Amino acid sequence: MPMAAHLMEVLQLLIGGLANGCIYGLVALGFVLIYKASEGVNFAQGDMMMLGAFIALGLGNEGQLGLSFWLAVPLAIALMFGIGWTVERVVVRQLFGQPQFALVILTIAMGFVFRFIAGSIWGYSPLVLETPFAGVNLSLGGVVISLADLIAIVVTLVLTVALWAFFAFTKVGLAAQASSQNQMASYIVGVPVMKINALTWGLSGAVATVAGVLYATRGAIDPNIGLLGIKAFAAAVIGGLGSLPGALLGGLLIGIIEPIAGRYAPGELAIMSPYILMLVVLVTRPGGLFAQIHMKKV
Amino acid sequence: MSLLEVDDLAVHFGGVKAVDGVSFSVEEGEVFAIIGPNGAGKSTIFNLISRIYQPTHGTIRFDGQDITALKAHDIARLGIARTFQNIELFDHSTVLDNLLMGRHTHRATNFVQDILHLPSVRREERAHRRHVEEVIEFLELEAYREKRIEGLPYGVRKVIEIGRALAIGPRLILLDEPASGLSVEETQDVAFWIEDMRRDMGLTVLMVEHDMGLVAQVSDRVLAVANGRPLALGTAAEVQADRHVQAAYLGSPEAAA
Amino acid sequence: MRVVFKKSYDRDIDLHEHWLDRAKIAVLLAVMAALPFLVGNYYLAEAANTLIWALAGMGLMIAVGHTGQVSLGHAAFLAIGAYTDAGLMNAGMPFWIAFPVAGLAAGLFGAVIAIPAVRLSGIYLAIATLAVFVIVEELIIMLEPITGGVGGTMAPSISLMGISFDRYGALANFYWLVLGIVALVTWGYANLMRSPTGRSFLAVRDSEVSARSLGINVTRTKALAFGLSAGVTGLGGALMGHYIGFFNYELFSIFISINLLLVVTIGGLGFIQGAFLGAILITGMPQVIAILRDTVNASTGIDLASLPGIDTMMFSVLLIGFILFEPTGLYGRWLKIRTWFEIFPLARRDMFRRHKTYLKTERMR
Repeated sequence: MPMAAHLMEVLQLLIGGLANGCIYGLVALGFVLIYKASEGVNFAQGDMMMLGAFIALGLGNEGQLGLSFWLAVPLAIALMFGIGWTVERVVVRQLFGQPQFALVILTIAMGFVFRFIAGSIWGYSPLVLETPFAGVNLSLGGVVISLADLIAIVVTLVLTVALWAFFAFTKVGLAAQASSQNQMASYIVGVPVMKINALTWGLSGAVATVAGVLYATRGAIDPNIGLLGIKAFAAAVIGGLGSLPGALLGGLLIGIIEPIAGRYAPGELAIMSPYILMLVVLVTRPGGLFAQIHMKKV
Repeated sequence: MSLLEVDDLAVHFGGVKAVDGVSFSVEEGEVFAIIGPNGAGKSTIFNLISRIYQPTHGTIRFDGQDITALKAHDIARLGIARTFQNIELFDHSTVLDNLLMGRHTHRATNFVQDILHLPSVRREERAHRRHVEEVIEFLELEAYREKRIEGLPYGVRKVIEIGRALAIGPRLILLDEPASGLSVEETQDVAFWIEDMRRDMGLTVLMVEHDMGLVAQVSDRVLAVANGRPLALGTAAEVQADRHVQAAYLGSPEAAA
Repeated sequence: MRVVFKKSYDRDIDLHEHWLDRAKIAVLLAVMAALPFLVGNYYLAEAANTLIWALAGMGLMIAVGHTGQVSLGHAAFLAIGAYTDAGLMNAGMPFWIAFPVAGLAAGLFGAVIAIPAVRLSGIYLAIATLAVFVIVEELIIMLEPITGGVGGTMAPSISLMGISFDRYGALANFYWLVLGIVALVTWGYANLMRSPTGRSFLAVRDSEVSARSLGINVTRTKALAFGLSAGVTGLGGALMGHYIGFFNYELFSIFISINLLLVVTIGGLGFIQGAFLGAILITGMPQVIAILRDTVNASTGIDLASLPGIDTMMFSVLLIGFILFEPTGLYGRWLKIRTWFEIFPLARRDMFRRHKTYLKTERMR
């Protein structure tokens, strides 16, 4: 194969990987949001993404509710914000003061419940979300970029910056950080710890929906796409749980390494590659690339 | 030769000099107290000796041996035991098991023998138990032997932590604020125990304490520190009378000088 | 209320304080041993399955319940146990060599991955084990000459000293073999927990920093615990292979890891008995669900079978219920009930109140 064609192919892979990575990154952002506010880990994040995508599909698709895409998506985001918020209010809050491990198991179980709900309503065969930009491609000097990929990349970047700014500059964001570092002390100085937890769960539901819709614009969805959450989790860990830019970076790394490994190595190795990358990062930098863990004070 | 020699010890966390050039030595059989305002670096000195923190420079010698490069889990084997300021007991185990955990350095069986429960394991276990019973008797913990730590009153937990340190069978015991949060009567008990540890068990005691009454009552020598630096060394009365120490506690401008 | 009068330290070292407890265990063992004469083949096979799950659950209990290392990847060790055992037996080794080697292989693999992993705490370890699981799953597919790849492999029939322990041909023998192995492992586990090794596990779980100050090498202890955990689960995997007969990588899915986690959590974290109660629940639930489904179908005409995934759904709801309302699991609930009766009428409501710990992070930013 000529050099130039090879380069084009790799470039093409990279762009696809980048778009994929953005979706991993967005789901990872959802993890990080909750982790940042309550040091809890939501293993149902992938399933929340799945549910968000299906709700958008249920609202927007012809033959379902048939709303306009531009109405269906914000509505789905709002609905998932409500679902995330409710889950925190009704279930997660009960675990306040329990070990971290309890929440891990609880959210794993919740993921199965979400999957069952989606499966019962929309069935288990793949469905396609109808979007205005399906199949539209842009050609840039020999490299073909689908509009869906481009939108995924842009939306993710904007969202990451917005969330980062939220935590760094707004009063609520700072309060959320405080409450994650010492719940009791924050409570005493007047941080509404409970309200903030509910808010972050709502937010991560909304972010998950965005990720879900972006995912659905690029392919069919079924109730098992939530398993992508595991990969997103690897992304969050690579970045260092608790760091928003880290989550995005981790997602992008995984998104890029997958197609490259798939191009040059046997298929099984490609599937393993994100996890191998994660283990390497964990062994060399136990706190992730943007480590935030320090020694316990005694 | 002193039992514990700390020489020009310093540790910096980023730009913060938590401990900055502290030297002192503790003689065998002595009760040595470190005092100072909050954040003076007292507990940090403890954490350096018990190897939880890595010093930026300086050396720590125990019984002539340089322990600065040892791992935290090697310290107990040399005969250095410690308690923690915010009690670090094993909450889901009984008092007896907590004390038995203090015998870890004396275990002679490996895990295969343990799984098979060979006669040697039982023999060892009896020996550990006899030793632990002595500690229980010394600290009058008989009533709590079978109780789990969670749910026990604060004062009792504090005593159990001292017991766990004693179970190691140490030569040097580091007590991190043994009387904080205790009532007047409980503090008196602690004072008697420290006396007994020294007199009957031949232990060397190094403690961090805020209660000047207790410090004056039990300690032979006192080191005052502030902002990670030593201020004064001497008997309790001498240190209390020291101008720099008073300034550090009262926060007068002289402290900065 | 029973008062035990202790005249020797041996009473505390013994597994049971009172002869009655020992008698209860003996009766239970006798009933279990007599089971092949009491029930038909269907239930006997189910009982063997439950015991195998209890064995695998005990493995995970060492890590999660007794050393506080959450693993989401224990299915990997089940798989290593099953494939090692089947592979060695297919290569002509007898069961009595292949089986211990299978446990050893899983245990060594566990200890080796634990050495870097133990530096990770809590959630990071859970994720790392998940990653290891995915890697092992893919390795199984890649190593086709040994594992049979996607097609799968067969666990040969067991025979020892000329006696058949075939899963189908001699089910009673197979059951007794499983029972014997499980009883032996349980005895070893109980011994471990009353020994210095077991105490060092608990110490590491409850406070690493003070474990260190007592001279406990935390890294080595965690690696040992994880290795033992993986080894016992590997033994469970080897038996599971024989129980299923013909299997491929799909037998050891992520759902098996989660089911194992269910066994230890619902059973009661930190109790050996919990692994058994959890195993009974997890192997019994599908039966109960099937019966329920038939009853609902017969009485109301609603066909629940048309809703795929209802089993997992019910498991999940059950799990959520336990986490929220009885985090100490079935065994913890039983202890409360027993205590209530033992000290009747002196029980107070607050006696069993949960202790809350408030989050103080180790993060600085």
